[in-house]
Amino acid sequence: MQLVLEKRTERSNAIAVISPLIAIALTIVTMSILFALLGKNPVTALAVYFIDPLTDGYSLQEIAVKATPLVMIAIGLSLCYLANAWNIGAEGQFLIGAVAGSWIAVRTQGSDAGAWVLPAMLVLAAAAGALYALIPALCRVKFGASEILTSLMLVYVADLFLDYLVRGPWRDPNGYNFPTTADFDPVATVPTLVEGGRLHLGSIIALVVVAAAAVLLGRTIKGFEIRVVGAAPRAARFGGFNANQLILLTFAISGALAGLAGIIEVAGPIGHLQPGISPGYGFTAIIVAFLGRLNPIGILIAGLFLALTFIGGEQAQIAMKIPLDVTKVFQGILLFYVLACDSLILYRFRLILPTRKVARGAR
Amino acid sequence: MELAEAIILSVLSASTPLLIAATGELVTERAGVLNLGVEGMMIMGAVCGFGGALYTGSITIGALCGIIAGTAMSLLFALMTLGLAVNQVATGLALTIFGVGLSGLIGASVVGEQITAAPHLHIPGLTDLPLLGHVLFGQDAFVYLSIALIVGVWYFLYRTRAGLILRACGDNHVSAHALGYPVLRIRLLAVMFGGACAGLAGAYLPLAYTPFFIPGMTAGRGWIALALVVFASWLPARLVAGAYLFGAVSILQLHAQGAGIGIPSQFMSSLPYLATVIVLVALSRTRSGGSTAPAALGTVFVPDR
Repeated sequence: MQLVLEKRTERSNAIAVISPLIAIALTIVTMSILFALLGKNPVTALAVYFIDPLTDGYSLQEIAVKATPLVMIAIGLSLCYLANAWNIGAEGQFLIGAVAGSWIAVRTQGSDAGAWVLPAMLVLAAAAGALYALIPALCRVKFGASEILTSLMLVYVADLFLDYLVRGPWRDPNGYNFPTTADFDPVATVPTLVEGGRLHLGSIIALVVVAAAAVLLGRTIKGFEIRVVGAAPRAARFGGFNANQLILLTFAISGALAGLAGIIEVAGPIGHLQPGISPGYGFTAIIVAFLGRLNPIGILIAGLFLALTFIGGEQAQIAMKIPLDVTKVFQGILLFYVLACDSLILYRFRLILPTRKVARGAR
Repeated sequence: MELAEAIILSVLSASTPLLIAATGELVTERAGVLNLGVEGMMIMGAVCGFGGALYTGSITIGALCGIIAGTAMSLLFALMTLGLAVNQVATGLALTIFGVGLSGLIGASVVGEQITAAPHLHIPGLTDLPLLGHVLFGQDAFVYLSIALIVGVWYFLYRTRAGLILRACGDNHVSAHALGYPVLRIRLLAVMFGGACAGLAGAYLPLAYTPFFIPGMTAGRGWIALALVVFASWLPARLVAGAYLFGAVSILQLHAQGAGIGIPSQFMSSLPYLATVIVLVALSRTRSGGSTAPAALGTVFVPDR
């Protein structure tokens, strides 16, 4: 008797819809076991993780704040992955965007610069993120170097560069030697939507990005080209689509979005440039992209869900002394289940009963 | 002279984890499987290796724990990519995210603990020879093991029938399947070997390199090992050269920082990563003709029947 995987004759739309839900359910079961192993009551832990953040206004705003960078980065990554280009260095593009935008904020600090500062910061951050993402894309297109490895290596470089700036030239002279720039001026800060609240303009920008991506993928030729190049490279070649150009384009878009997310995070919730501005948004966004099935609306939902795990993780740490790394474990397990469940869209299991034993023996 | 010897010694120990991890990945990729989870398997090897050594007091048991942890992680990868035909790139990323998180979780209790690092070989007379005595006869066991490993892998891949079959699976799994070879089973073994090596390489860090565990201590070495395999054009001999070259770059930046040459330390620290990018670009460009990568690398295989 043998359990084998075989290809379905056509993709199963029913499973395509329910697979993320199955994945989340399986993850929650696995997490319950993990919590029990850690000696915590699984029911309480799950409630702290997934229910408590939804019950008060502050946490709800905080979920939107955390989802903002995740969704923006994941939208860009989904374009890359659809085109079969593997940008996994969004974390680095996020940091470089934050650095580039902060440059304007730092230079205009204390001056009487007007309302142009914030828009200029956003534009420069997006441009810098795009350029930084184009390095691995160009290395791939011109020299055939694996974009997976080069984009990842550049994350470490960006991280060290930011570290150098805030410990060196950009350090706040009045900051008691902490590695941070001075707090940005009000004109260099992303405004909050409600007075005294946490929700800021960035969340609106993220929604615009989601809408734009939905239009790009669903209603334009470019979006169609991106999808065909990834799904059927041969057909794309016959169709005359330029695969290299699409790699550059999707990397540039995803770099720009990651850079934009970076400056919004720094000029918004954080308010100054410092090391550790990202709890791994660039990597978590990879999970968001896959959990959202590389679909803009799906990514919006997945981004909110993963933001919930960040908040839940922080609350679980405070309330139940559960280490923060549990959140990463959770995210890794979730990605495993998502990928495994997605496999069942194209394949199915079949049990092969040992009927031909005699024939095999006779041979 | 003392300094030169010190530098060579530190290059050797910086290169060893890269060499071990890359050797495993070389075999995995030669069988046609791209496992991007090396970093995750390494960090799990590091934490389990350290834990094993801390609680038993034995470096050998520590190394074995590292190997087991790496292999267990690779089995998870194999279940996904070979069992369920999931995209290898995405699964590898998941393995790394999962491994980094899990190692932080189980490692939290051993952070701050310290062990006695693996002893260095000492052969009276030979080790004390001037110039090369310490370099050749004064290393820890892992260094010699890494050399034996890569020589063994070379012999296996190019001098044995099994190695030929493994390479066939990596170049054309359909033909290998048609000839009656169990492609998935061969790939499973190759993935497990890669996991065992990554686990051992990770365990080397807390057992011999720095005698304590800190979360994230692999610091991208798993990714550099992946780049090394590309650098080596999937050839064992070049892998050795590449590993020592990278070890040299990472030690060079440490010594340059120590010498205080006026370049900010962050720039020197980013050298190994920049070197990886430059090497990947330079190498991919100078390579004439088609790629030397195993032809079926990274593609899923579902046997039809």
